[in-house]
Amino acid sequence: MSAVLESHDHSHDHHGPAKGWRRWVYTTNHKDIGTLYLWFSFIMFLTGGCMALVIRAELFEPGLQIVEPEFFNQMTTMHGLIMVFGAVMPAFVGLANWLIPMMIGAPDMALPRMNNLSFWILPFAFALLLSTLFMEEGAPNFGWTFYAPLSTTYAPSTVTYFIFGVHIMGASSIMGAINIIATILNLRTPQMTLMKMPLFVWTWLITAYLLIAVMPVLAGVVTMMLMDIHFGTSFFSAAGGGDPVLFQHVFWFFGHPEVYIMILPAFGIVSQIIPTFSRKKLFGYTSMVYATSSIAFLSFIVWAHHMFTVGMPLAGELFFMYATMLIAVPTGVKVFNWVATMFKGALTFETPMLYAVAFVVLFTIGGFSGLMLAIAPVDFQYHDTYFVVAHFHYVLVPGAIFGIFAGVYYWLPKWCGNMYDEKLGKLHFWLSFVGMNMTFFPMHFVGLAGMPRRIPDYALQFADFNQIASVGAFIFGTTQLLFLFIVIKTIVSGKKATAEVWDNPEGLEWTIPSPAPYHTFSTPPDVK
Amino acid sequence: MSEKLPGNKKPMNPVKLLAVVLGMFCFGFLLVPIYDVICDVTGLNGKTGDQYVVSERPAVDETRWVTVQFTTSNNADMPWQFSPSEVKMKVRPGEMHGTYFVAKNNTNQRMVAQAVPSVAPFSVAQYFHKTECFCFNQQVLEPGESVEMPLKFFVDADIPDRVSKLTLSYTLFNLPEVAAN
Repeated sequence: MSAVLESHDHSHDHHGPAKGWRRWVYTTNHKDIGTLYLWFSFIMFLTGGCMALVIRAELFEPGLQIVEPEFFNQMTTMHGLIMVFGAVMPAFVGLANWLIPMMIGAPDMALPRMNNLSFWILPFAFALLLSTLFMEEGAPNFGWTFYAPLSTTYAPSTVTYFIFGVHIMGASSIMGAINIIATILNLRTPQMTLMKMPLFVWTWLITAYLLIAVMPVLAGVVTMMLMDIHFGTSFFSAAGGGDPVLFQHVFWFFGHPEVYIMILPAFGIVSQIIPTFSRKKLFGYTSMVYATSSIAFLSFIVWAHHMFTVGMPLAGELFFMYATMLIAVPTGVKVFNWVATMFKGALTFETPMLYAVAFVVLFTIGGFSGLMLAIAPVDFQYHDTYFVVAHFHYVLVPGAIFGIFAGVYYWLPKWCGNMYDEKLGKLHFWLSFVGMNMTFFPMHFVGLAGMPRRIPDYALQFADFNQIASVGAFIFGTTQLLFLFIVIKTIVSGKKATAEVWDNPEGLEWTIPSPAPYHTFSTPPDVK
Repeated sequence: MSEKLPGNKKPMNPVKLLAVVLGMFCFGFLLVPIYDVICDVTGLNGKTGDQYVVSERPAVDETRWVTVQFTTSNNADMPWQFSPSEVKMKVRPGEMHGTYFVAKNNTNQRMVAQAVPSVAPFSVAQYFHKTECFCFNQQVLEPGESVEMPLKFFVDADIPDRVSKLTLSYTLFNLPEVAAN
C-alpha cells in the first residue's frame, strides 16, 4: 500500500501525465477526466445508437421480421437508459471537466480525487446494466420510465441489476455535480464575479443544483422498487395499500428536472458559440442567467404533465398545464436572445456555428411540440403516441446532441492543438441534419394519426412514414462513424491550431496555448 | 487557497451539498406519506377514508336521493367468486345503510385476501363514509368456504347537488405470502 502511495506522490512531481494506463486510471487531472468522460459517452452513444437501429430496422415495415416483441421492448428500454444516463449526461460532465476550470481560471476541479471516482464507477454501472442483455430473462423491458408494476411485479429478475446500475450512475452524477458547484463557487479567479462568468459555467452551475436535488429522488424511487421486489414492502402495490400512481409522481418529480439537466448545458454551449461566429457580444447576458434560473425553478412544479391521463382532478390538470406553458416564456427569452445576437452580426458558418444555428431552429420546433403536449385536453389524444417520441427526440437530438457536437468542434482545437477538417465537419453536419430530420419529422405525423409508441408492429397506413424514418435513422447512425473518423483525424494529423483558434473569441480558455497544457492557471489570471 | 477567492468570502463547504443530497433522498421517501395525506384529504384517485367515526347522528337530507352502485372485480391471480348482494341502493344523504358482499373460495387451499375500495367519480370520494367495512381487515377463507362480508356506510349530506349517482368498487387482491405464514 505504501509503495502505491509513494509512486503516486512521485508522479505529482512531474508536471506532465503519467505513462501508460496508470495515467488514465489514477488521474486526478480535470483534462484527463474530461477526455475519459467524452470517450465513454461516445462509446455509449454508439451502443445506444445500435439499439435505436435495431428498433428502426424492425419498424421499417409492418409485421414482425427481425426481432421478437420481447427483445424489441428490451431495445427501447436500453436505448433510452443508455442515451440519457450513458451518452448525454456523461458528455456534459466531460465538457464541464474540460472547460469549467479553464473558463474560470482555476488550476483544476475542487475535488480531484472524487472526480476520478465519479468517472470510474460509471463503467461498472453500465457493465451491470448491459450484462442483463446476456442473461436468461433478458434485459429490462419496461421502458426507460420503468413504471410500476411493470418494473416490479411483472419485471424480469434482471431488474435488480438495473436498480443497482441506476444507483451507481446516480452516485456518479451527484459526485460530479458537487464537484462542479464547489469548483465554480470556490475556485474562480478573484475578479470573476458571478455575473462575469461565461454562460456555459452559469448553465452548468444551475444544472448541478438540479442534479443534487433530483438524482437522490431517483435513487429513492429505485430503492422503493428494490424493497417492493425483495423485501415485501408495498410502496407501489395496491394489494398492500400502496399505489402504482405514486410511482409516476415520484419518478417524474425526478424525471422532469432531468430533461432540463440534459438541455441547460447545451444552452450554455450555444451561448458561447453564437457570439463568436456573429462577432458580437451575447445579447442579453443577464436575462439569459435569469431565464435559465427560472426554467430550473419551474422544472420542479410541472412533473405531472407527463401523466395527465392518470385521472387527476381538473384543478391539477389546469395547474400543471399552465405551469408548463409558463416555461415557454424564459425559453422564448433565450431563443430571442440568440437570434438577436446573430442580428446584424458578421456571421460565418463554420461547423460549430452550423450546429449552433441548427440547435436554435430545431430545438424551437421541439419546444413547440412540447407546448402542444402541454395542453391537457389534447394530450389525451397525443399521450403515448409517436408524437411524444418525435417531441422528445427533437429536443434531445438537435438539442442536447447537436449542442455537444457544436461544443466538441468548437473546443477540440483547444484540447488537442489541431484543427479539424472543415469540409468533413460540414459534411458531418449536413448528413446529421438531413438524417435527423428525416428520422424524427415523420414521427409527428404518424403520432398524430394515432400510432402508439413502444410497439414492434403497426397498422399498414403508417408504413410509408415509418420507412422514411428508418432510412433517416440509418443515415444519421452511420454518419456518426464519420464523426469518430473526423475526431481521430484531427488528433492524429490535423493542422496546428493557434491559441485563439477562432476570430477573437471571448473567454479565458482562449488565452492559453493550444493544445491546452496539462496544468493551466496555477496562478489566477486577470479578467477585465 | 482562500486568497484565490473573489472578495473575502469563506470557501463553500461541499459537505453542505452532501447534506442536500441526503435530504433529497429522504424527501423522495417523504413523498409517500405526503401523497397518502393529499389523497386522503382530497379524495384523489377515488381513495376512500379509513373507518369513519360518527360522533352524533348525521343530519339527513330528505329532499333528494343519491344512487350508490356497487361493483366488484378480482385482481389478476385471484380465483374467488366475489360479488355484491345488491347492485345498487337509493339512499338519502346522511342516512345510515348497510349491505353485504359475498365471497367464496372455490379452490382447495386456504387463502387470504384484501379488498381495496375506490369511489367514482373521484371528486366525491371524500363524501362517502364507511363506518364498518370488510375492507378494513384481511379475509381468510378455508377451501370451499364462503362468507358474507358487511359494509355500513352513509353519504355525507354535504355532497354537491349535481351528484345523483356514485359507484363504489372493490378490487380483491390475493395475498399468498400472508396465507403461507
